[in-house]
Amino acid sequence: MSDRRPEVETKGPDSTVGASSRRSFLWKIWLGLGGLAVLEYIWLAADFLRPRGSGPADDAESIIIAGAVERFSPGSVTAFPTGKFYLARLENGGFLALSRECTHLGCTVPWIDDEARFVCPCHSSAYDMRGDVLNPPAPRALDNYAVRIENGIVKVDVSRPLKRRSFEYAQIVLP
Amino acid sequence: MSDAGSDQSEGRVGLGRRFWRSVFRGPLYPRDDRERKWVVVNNLILHFRPVQLPARSLKYTHTFGLGGMSLVLFLLLAATGVLLMFVYEPSPERAYESIRALENEVFFGKLVRNIHHWSANFLIAVVFLHLLRVYFTGGYHAPRQFNWLIGLTLLLCVLVSNFTGYLLPWDQLSYWAITICTGMIGYVPLIGEWLQGVIRGGPEIGSATLINFYTFHTTVVPVLLIVLMAWHFWRVRKAHGVVVPRAPGEELEEKPESVLALPNLLMREFAVALILVAFVMAFSVFVNAPLDAAANPGMSPNPAKAPWYFVGFQELLFHFHGSFAVVVIPLLVAAALVLLPYLRYDHQGEGVWFVSLRGRQLGVAAALIALVVTPLWIVLDEYWIDYAAWLSGLPPVLREGALPFAVLLALIVGLYIAIRRRFSASRVEAVQAMFVLLGVAFAILTITGVWFRGAGMALAWPWNL
Repeated sequence: MSDRRPEVETKGPDSTVGASSRRSFLWKIWLGLGGLAVLEYIWLAADFLRPRGSGPADDAESIIIAGAVERFSPGSVTAFPTGKFYLARLENGGFLALSRECTHLGCTVPWIDDEARFVCPCHSSAYDMRGDVLNPPAPRALDNYAVRIENGIVKVDVSRPLKRRSFEYAQIVLP
Repeated sequence: MSDAGSDQSEGRVGLGRRFWRSVFRGPLYPRDDRERKWVVVNNLILHFRPVQLPARSLKYTHTFGLGGMSLVLFLLLAATGVLLMFVYEPSPERAYESIRALENEVFFGKLVRNIHHWSANFLIAVVFLHLLRVYFTGGYHAPRQFNWLIGLTLLLCVLVSNFTGYLLPWDQLSYWAITICTGMIGYVPLIGEWLQGVIRGGPEIGSATLINFYTFHTTVVPVLLIVLMAWHFWRVRKAHGVVVPRAPGEELEEKPESVLALPNLLMREFAVALILVAFVMAFSVFVNAPLDAAANPGMSPNPAKAPWYFVGFQELLFHFHGSFAVVVIPLLVAAALVLLPYLRYDHQGEGVWFVSLRGRQLGVAAALIALVVTPLWIVLDEYWIDYAAWLSGLPPVLREGALPFAVLLALIVGLYIAIRRRFSASRVEAVQAMFVLLGVAFAILTITGVWFRGAGMALAWPWNL
């Protein structure tokens, strides 16, 4: 088999050092172009897979009008399923909008009124009314959303959850 | 043989026969050994098998037919998967309804879904067992080193395939399992959030996630599987079949007695395939694939668990900080599996179950240690260990991640050195003992997560779940 292999690399009179280096140069060009085509495809695929639907949200859609300040009694937690958040009114009358997503693995945490705490059904992380961790494995407090109070109406901007390590007084919005 | 149907006779035979011969150029029913060899070499599918092989490697308890079983399950999955694609609609609004329609209105729809579901679950189990078989019979040494890597890639593809398929019914079970698993990805340092966004196709699980998973499940992964399987089988053939079995201490003769693959090997494989298909069919008739209520993003079920093959990782999350449970430990295990065939072994024990008699004893000892230590660690961690209270000064990643991991690593390294020194074990025996240790530990983590975790993922007895 091997002795009958046709001689592809003809050693003609013009097969000099210059020709062989030209051949290897062309070979490298082809190799480079092939590599470039592969990279282009990977780039294209990465672009197709880029997170969709997370672009700058429409202002009108991302602002949820929760209602008048008086509707929420101090020390209460109200769920807003459309905005996927809880509006907590603390004892001092201040407002805090909390994400309902557990910071451990993203399960939805229900508010347990009798115990006055959020308890995650997945791994029993617990949070207090301000979103602070009462019980691990949750690594940090529940995300919160920006709250605005305009003319006695509470509005929540749900376009971007604000990550935080723990509750701080500055996060409260007072009417 | 190849010149069957020569020019002289061509004119006198009919069109049908000539057409038949153009398709099957050789004998369809080989009658002697020469014809049998010809068929194996010249048939598109059969040529992936060796023409002849050592008689002793036919022994069923050498391979248990696990590789062939994986292929059969893949074929069942492909056949039923294509049927399911005609009915299934990959959108959050329609997905669950289309599965309901499949189960209730489509002719044998429920059976087809059951076969697909159970084949997928059996496939995971069978490829894991196949990996164990190859490892414990020393089938990963040269010249089979690289085929071990192809096999690992195939295992990864099977896991991805199962995981992406898990979301598609869009019921509570699938929605929350995928929420938890993609939530784990969030613990990857630096790129975690980006990676999570790419996999979910957005900040949360929705129609983009479903499209991503559906595309990977129905095109990307199956194509990869087919290509890699062909490569895997071809490398087996190039290595002259599977590793030849022998007893501990036995030397192989230079020229072992060899037999033809047809009929000796192929008929055995065919028998295993038929029994497996019959088993999957019967199982799917009697046991339905689970279908929970439609996905409800507002209500997590209690408990919410990952698919059973990832429950071990979920269990790991209770005992280690996320960056260790999701990143450090899985990456180290993956690196160890990749490097296994490339370590410098003093002696190899190819073809001997568990390398040698001492290898068997050390393996049993390692399994016993894992059987005691792992449940003990789980129970202590649940009821007694409280890093947060004891070491409140340290950041969580140190006190719940680096610290327990260092203890674990010290145990493993200490045990390895002890085995090497005390029992003067060879490297391949000591490495195998560690493989057994970690394998049994992972199995216990999985069993704990599946059967011993109840409401709120607290420890519970299986009959109280």
